[in-house]
Amino acid sequence: MVDIDKNQCKGCELCIINCKFEALVRGTERNSKGYIVPAYIADKCTSCKMCEFICPDLAITVIKENEL
Amino acid sequence: MNPLGKKYLRKEALPTIFCPGCGHGTVLNSTLRMLDKVGLENFLFVSGIGCSSWLPVFIKADVLHTLHGRAVAVATGLKLVQPDKKVMVFNGDGDNMAIGGNHFIHAARRNIDITVVMLNNYIYGMTGGQASPGTPLNSKTKTSPYGSHEKPFDAVKLAIGAGATFVARETSASPIKITRTLEKAVNHRGFSFVEIMSQCPTQAGRNIYGKSAPSDIFRILRDSAVSKKDTELLQGQFRTGIFHLDEETPVYSQKIEVAAS
Repeated sequence: MVDIDKNQCKGCELCIINCKFEALVRGTERNSKGYIVPAYIADKCTSCKMCEFICPDLAITVIKENEL
Repeated sequence: MNPLGKKYLRKEALPTIFCPGCGHGTVLNSTLRMLDKVGLENFLFVSGIGCSSWLPVFIKADVLHTLHGRAVAVATGLKLVQPDKKVMVFNGDGDNMAIGGNHFIHAARRNIDITVVMLNNYIYGMTGGQASPGTPLNSKTKTSPYGSHEKPFDAVKLAIGAGATFVARETSASPIKITRTLEKAVNHRGFSFVEIMSQCPTQAGRNIYGKSAPSDIFRILRDSAVSKKDTELLQGQFRTGIFHLDEETPVYSQKIEVAAS
């Protein structure tokens, strides 16, 4: 499960191009600062954590299913 | 917010000052992962002036935000006063190679036991996009509208030539490698220098790359990094990895202790 902190996100889309499984896509929702927050497709995610490693604002947390 | 960020970042300083898509944020993320492995207790951070020098300011630790270019000089003094602490310097290409170039080469020559992390984004980003010693040849900036005629510094060769005992280069497009390299650099006894090529979507993006979307610049940076040693380099490409490792040269504080006793 990918948890995106919407108020920390700056909408740079680095997580979207780093996701090899296309589980993160360009969203439609805007946060309080006006940045477009990426949308998450749960079925495609493999919890590889690449989005968490690349996020410049530490907005993304990946929680594996067995840790929930 | 990520649990690492909650644990190690100053809440009152957030959000970071970095532009959306700046590579320095990824380096901050990777540095926190390294600190989580090694332990934050023994660290002192020093930084100069520039976008890159804001990086340690967000970490909950002892940080000295010094004058432009003098970060390595302050770190040298700090290491001699407190030799049991690990001193880490974050600075940029203009900070480390232009105004602070003198301090950098002499700290490398003396083999002082500090870690210098230079974030190279090809440009003076904070002041509006002037040409820096890292700006590639023939690229247009605010101060070189007909293309830069100056050849950029190869910081890795400069550090090896000056006598640094751990020299590496990575890009902000490979965060796991940054974490590993920084861990090795911090644990190395001697002057360690890590150059991290970072993307600047605001100033370098507009002027040097000709694109302003962070994702486009990220792809260019990722494709221009070559980690294999025997492949030929194409135009605009650079090598990454650890270039020089020397564990036998004694460090400066060790020599002073011997001389004093």
